Amino acid sequence: MEKNIEIRLSGEGGQGLILAGVILASAALIDGKNAAQSQYYGPESRGGISKSEVVISTGDIIYPEVADPDLVLVLSQVACGPYTKDIRRDDAYVIFDANTVKEFPKLEHGRIYKLPFTMTAHDKLGKPFIANIIALGTIVGLTNVVSREAIEQAVLARVPKGTEELNKTALSEGFELAKTIK
Amino acid sequence: MGKKALLLSGNESCVEGALYAGLQFYAGYPITPSSEIAEGLSRKLPKYGGVMIQMEDEIASMGAIIGASLAGKKSMTATSGPGFSLKQENFGFACFNEVPCVLVNVMRGGPSTGAPTGPSQGDVMQARWGTHGDHPVVAIAPNSVPEILTETVRSFNISEKYRVPVILLLDEIIAHMRERVILPEKGELEVIDRLKPTVPPDQYKPFDISNTPMPLVPPMAAYGTGYRFHVTGLNHRTDGFPTNNGELIEKELLRIMQKMAMYKKNMLKHEEYMLDDAEIGIVAYGSTSRAAKYAVNVLRSEGIKAGMLRYITIWPFEEEAVEKLAEKVKFIVVPELNLGQLILEVERCARGKASVYGVNRVNIEIIHPHEIIEKVKELLHGIRV
Repeated sequence: MEKNIEIRLSGEGGQGLILAGVILASAALIDGKNAAQSQYYGPESRGGISKSEVVISTGDIIYPEVADPDLVLVLSQVACGPYTKDIRRDDAYVIFDANTVKEFPKLEHGRIYKLPFTMTAHDKLGKPFIANIIALGTIVGLTNVVSREAIEQAVLARVPKGTEELNKTALSEGFELAKTIK
Repeated sequence: MGKKALLLSGNESCVEGALYAGLQFYAGYPITPSSEIAEGLSRKLPKYGGVMIQMEDEIASMGAIIGASLAGKKSMTATSGPGFSLKQENFGFACFNEVPCVLVNVMRGGPSTGAPTGPSQGDVMQARWGTHGDHPVVAIAPNSVPEILTETVRSFNISEKYRVPVILLLDEIIAHMRERVILPEKGELEVIDRLKPTVPPDQYKPFDISNTPMPLVPPMAAYGTGYRFHVTGLNHRTDGFPTNNGELIEKELLRIMQKMAMYKKNMLKHEEYMLDDAEIGIVAYGSTSRAAKYAVNVLRSEGIKAGMLRYITIWPFEEEAVEKLAEKVKFIVVPELNLGQLILEVERCARGKASVYGVNRVNIEIIHPHEIIEKVKELLHGIRV
């Protein structure tokens, strides 16, 4: 049986992690795959630890949450400790935001990268909140877990009207960031 | 067929199931983690010719759906722990007056206000005994987003067919999780409507079973259609009016309990996974059963013969399934997101033939497959008994 691809997007409330997870899962369905998306969030609408998990499979998904992570994205300092503890694969991607994370956990496994998602969102696109879409571009660029056509279609279906071009640019910025470490 | 796969949350899937089953009236008071059910129905139900009301509180919501059902409409409410507590008295009224309706309880961390965004399976016993007195209860606990849709339809069907309120027990994990769902076409799933009276209005009695095609299930007239229909929370005669006659009181209460016993087998549902040659049994339900199934696969890959018995209908409890399991396994593990509730039934039905152990947590995180795997290995190696 082929292993499921298990992805965790972590950070804090307000960073659009749940939306990013929903978009990634929708893209998997567009590609004809199966997906389960789950989340943890607190009562706060901004701040507070948050995560969104996506399991993608060509078959049935038995356990719907991440049991053995293949990729962990960390967009905030608070998420560093709790959401990187269970990384057991040496080939798992662990991607930290280079700007918001100041102290990095010591990890025994995983391929560790630090990328400027929030800086790119802020400086290049002038919209700090779009770091989630840039990160999605990078995840797809690195792993090809879904097709580029599917992720673009899924992004455009879920973002507010009038922001389509901005989101497409954000995805491309993410693809470019992936090239820098591939 | 070319049917489109949708990415729906469990709560959205419940909305689709209720609409498919013919829901006509929803009353509720929004509460995390069930609010998306009210939200979805507020948008969709009017388009199906139905009514959605946000009531002043949970007690009134339960009262409203009972009223709507007595008026002939398929009705539903949805809530979570604190609201489930508030609804109990009216829920008992529905049980006693055999009012078909569906009460969705998306379980969150408790007790009291607890952890609104955290998952739990803490209301299993409340579903059974939350309202006072001896009463029939049906509670159904699906474990995936697509299954929520089909089990919502089945909840309505059981409720309508047997004149019994049904509790749909979801938990925060499957309610908020999104999975792939293909909406069923019309006619693909069975949809059942309640029995209507065949006697003339002046001869109708709401609890009379002498003129029913289904033994022990009295046909139901809709309020406002010319039939006299009295309901009360007091012990009542077959015409619905109160009585203090002990003989009649006992007869009527025994009838609704006998009705459950008679049709119990039609309400039960469980899944067996790798049980044929199992030496270790895992009994699970709801989201926790997903971790249990994963654990069975891992244990099997290591040569340990584990299997899972998953309850989909929790109440009435299918005693025979555990009895059978206890005959053949060395021990039974019951993972639950509470401090041990359904395990009490498992222990009772195992009758000492197999030892029963819980895997429990109340830290508002889903049970991880590795916890179940480790528990099984510990027990196998006799490190801790």
